[in-house]
Formats: sequence, C-alpha cells, structure tokens
Amino acid sequence: MNSGIPLQFFLILATIMFFVGVYGFLTRRNLITMLMSVELILNSVNINFMAFNRYLFPHKMEGMFFSLFIIAVAASEAAVAIAIIINIYRRFTTINVEDVNEMKY
Amino acid sequence: MRHELLLAVAAMLILIAEIFTSPARRKSINLFAITLFAIITIAGFIPVKPVGALFGGMYVSTNVATLMKNILNIGVLLILIQSVTWLKKDENADRVSEYFMLIMSTLIGMDFMISAGHFLMFYIGLELATIPVAALAAFERYKNKSAEAGIKLILTSSLSSGILLYGLSMIYGTTGSLYFYEVSRLFTGSSLQILGFIFFFAGMAFKISIVPFHLWTADVYEGAPVNITSFLSVISKGAAIFIFVIILYSVFPVIMATWQKTILVTSILTMTIGNLFAIRQQNIKRFLAFSSISQAGYILVGMIGGSQLGMASVIYYILVYIFSNLGAFGVVIAISNATGKENIDDYNGLYKTNPRLSLIMTLALFSLAGIPPVAGFFGKFFLFAAAAEKGFYFLVLVAVFNTIISLYYYLLVVKAMFINKNDDPITSFRSDFPTRSALLICVAGIFITGFASVIFEVIKEISFGN
Repeated sequence: MNSGIPLQFFLILATIMFFVGVYGFLTRRNLITMLMSVELILNSVNINFMAFNRYLFPHKMEGMFFSLFIIAVAASEAAVAIAIIINIYRRFTTINVEDVNEMKY
Repeated sequence: MRHELLLAVAAMLILIAEIFTSPARRKSINLFAITLFAIITIAGFIPVKPVGALFGGMYVSTNVATLMKNILNIGVLLILIQSVTWLKKDENADRVSEYFMLIMSTLIGMDFMISAGHFLMFYIGLELATIPVAALAAFERYKNKSAEAGIKLILTSSLSSGILLYGLSMIYGTTGSLYFYEVSRLFTGSSLQILGFIFFFAGMAFKISIVPFHLWTADVYEGAPVNITSFLSVISKGAAIFIFVIILYSVFPVIMATWQKTILVTSILTMTIGNLFAIRQQNIKRFLAFSSISQAGYILVGMIGGSQLGMASVIYYILVYIFSNLGAFGVVIAISNATGKENIDDYNGLYKTNPRLSLIMTLALFSLAGIPPVAGFFGKFFLFAAAAEKGFYFLVLVAVFNTIISLYYYLLVVKAMFINKNDDPITSFRSDFPTRSALLICVAGIFITGFASVIFEVIKEISFGN
C-alpha cells in the first residue's frame, strides 16, 4: 500500500502550507484573502490527519473522519464569514482591513 | 444528554413559532422563548441518572459536566431576560427568533464540548459554540462597529481553531487515537507531543483570551451589541474554561509539569496586562473587556494546581463571575438601552439620578474586585488557596498584587458614579420589568453564592466525586 512516497514528504508539505497560511493571514489586507489563508491552514491539518492515518494507523479511520468534519466545518465557517464580509462591504464600501478600523487601542 | 436534546427541540420550536405569528405579534416570541428556556434550565436540575457514554464513548456524561451545563444555563437565562428590552426595539423586531435560535445553538455546542470524550466531538462543539456567536456579534447590521466586531471574531476564532487542529494532528500522529482516555494513556511527553500540546494551548488561549492571544477581545467586546458582549465575556469564556480544565486534568496529566509552567507565565501576563490596560479605558464595554481578561488570569491561577480542589474552585468562581459580571453588564445594558451612552464619563453623578442602578453596579464591581462581604472574595480565596496548596506562592503573591491594581480601576467607576460632579447627568429613568428582575437575580446571586457555603460544598463534592 505504500506507493513509495515517504510520510515525511506529506508532513513537510503540510508544515509549509500551515506557515504559508499563517503568514498570509498576518500580511494580507484583503478580508477574502485572509479567509483563504485560514482555509490553507485547515487544509494543511487535513493533509496531516490523512497522512498519519494512512501511514501509521491504517486499520482505523479516525483521521479520515476528522478531516471530513474539518471540511464541513470550514465550509460553514466560510459561509458566516462571507456573509459578514458582504455586510462590511455594504457599510464601508471596501473589504480592506486597513479601512475597517473604527475601533483601535 | 437532556440538555442538548431539549435545547435543540426548543430552538426548532422557536423557529416554527415565528412562522405562525403575524409580524405585529412578533414580540410575543420573547416571552415564549424565555419560558421555554426557563423550563430547560429547571429540567437540567432534575436528578436523573447522568452518568454514561454515547456514540461509542465520544459523548460522556458525568456529574461534573451536568453541573457545568446547569451553571451555563443559569447564565444564559439571565442574559436572555436582560436582552428583552433590546430585542423590542423596532430595528431588531424582525429578527427576534433568530437571536434566540443562535444563542441556543451556541449553547448546544458548548454542552457537547463539555461532554466530549473524543477530540472530534470537542472540535465540533467548539465550532458550534463560536460560529453562531460571530453572527450574533454582527447582529446589529445597521452599525459599522457591529460588522467590524463580527469579522474580527470569526477570523480570529477560525485562525485559532486552525492552530488548535494542527496541534491535535500532531497528537494524533504520535498516539494514534483521539479518544481522551486513550490519548492520556498513550501520552509519553515526547517533543512532538509537547509541540502539539503547545499548539493546542495556543488555540484554546485565543478562545479564553489569555494574554499573548487577547488582542481581539477589546474590539469585539466594544463593537458587539451589549448583551452579546456579556454573553461572550461570561458564557463563551466560562464554557471554554470548563473544557480546558477537563482536558488539562484528564488528557494531559503526564505533562503536568510542562503545562504548569505554561500557565504560570501566561497567567501572570494575563492578570498584569489585563489590569494595566483596563486602567486607561474610557468606554465601559472596553473597560469590562479588559477586566474580563484579567479575571481569566485569576482563573488560570486556580487551574494551575491540577488538583480536584482546583477544579472545584474554578467551577465555583465561574458561577460567582456569572452573577457579578452579569450584574455589571445588566446596569450597562439598562443605561445603554435608555440613553445610548457607553462611556465612563457619562456615569458621572449617576448616584444622584439613579441610586439603585449605581448601588447594583457598585456591588457587582466589588464582587469582581473581591471585596470581602460579597461572593467574589470567596471565589478568589478558593482559587488562590488551590494554587497555594500546591506551593505556587509566588504566583499567588502576584495575583494578590493584581487584585489591588484591579481594585483601583473598579473604584474609579464607583468614584465616577458617587463623587464626580456632572452638569448633564444621565436622567432618572425606570427600567422595564425584565431588566429589573434580571438585576435582582444577579444581586441575590452575588450574596447567596457568597454566604451560602453549601453551594461550594456541593460543587466540591461533585468535582471530587469523579
């Protein structure tokens, strides 16, 4: 069942994706892009779970199920976030976070 | 299980009820929903056999979990009563049932989270407890600040759950299971597991707003509608702390020394920074936001011991905190509904015009600060005693100093109400029945939870029982 690709490759890919997501979340100024960065983080977690499940614990399906649920929850999260972003666009006529700053320290 | 089932049924009933009421009679849904929720709250206390497991051990019901759910129910009931006046405003009248539905689904999520026996159930409960709150924070869609609070909440909470999940994936990769009991059995404390734990801790710290991860708190609390702010600061935080205590004690006892160090640093930071920022706040909601950050720091002090006494003191403190903070927020809600004013300066001379409101506010702030006659003192005392029992004397010393700092800024508000002069004070007004009754319950709760030692005894007995 091992197709020759070692487990480490998947883990490195997931780690890179995770930190790309975190970096994107912190540097991007567009709300939609920030949301995409969060999706990147969640997908890196999915890869982790899948790889661990397939390589280390192939007799149980816990990791697979977990990633299915993560996908579903991410979709609902995106739905609420996009609804709020649409509302922000109506109020502020922009979705740049620099302009959505009525409250500051 | 009855909490979750009843809540789900009630949420559906409220949605159906909206279909069958004409738009002119929409406001009667308030009464219907609150009655339903009061019945659920009472039904939660009926002693039926609460111990057992469902879904192959993913859902575990224990006496402690039932107690925690009941405490959360009491808090939510108070918040629902407090929000009636706000819901009766014309701009909110068309979305009343949505409000109740969202709050109840949030509470279902918290209940599932508290009863979780598997990290998947925990994660789903956590998300169900946070996503509707973002919709609630953006509830006043005609206000810029509300939308801003909503987006800040949903983005930070989804980032934090991403971080938490990354930690969970490492824990899964090293132990091969996600059941709480199996993870605790297979946990060895290798470096990868500790890294996973730190990711997990960071994710939870976002939810509880522990200091390095607290930056969203003040903005969200200021922008959200006042009753959602009180919900966030009391119920969301309380539920997250409950499950955090359960997971730390039951899943990660192997690396107790590690998480004690983490908590030691973060709790000192949380208390100090929360207090120092609270001093310079002008908006009363931001003020209470920073005060609730520092309260989370005190709760961490109670958790650090890892003993059953720590668990009991945390549960007791949350109960006290619900009454005290909802008392303070109740006054803020009453004044905000009547006048729309939310700055501390506006409270100058409040005692002259609204003596009863200012007395309640004083009492609630004294309880938050921990002044002896009221419940907050006993809550803090048990928290610090639980930490001192395990020898964390330095931490307790820092916590006591922080209590003194917090006394200063709580008294600033009291001084504004009683001593400061104001040419244009808030006019004398009489709140409607729901607001007054909720405030009365809070005041009664502040006194009863403090003086009736039987309450702490019961909590202690239940948390030692498992």
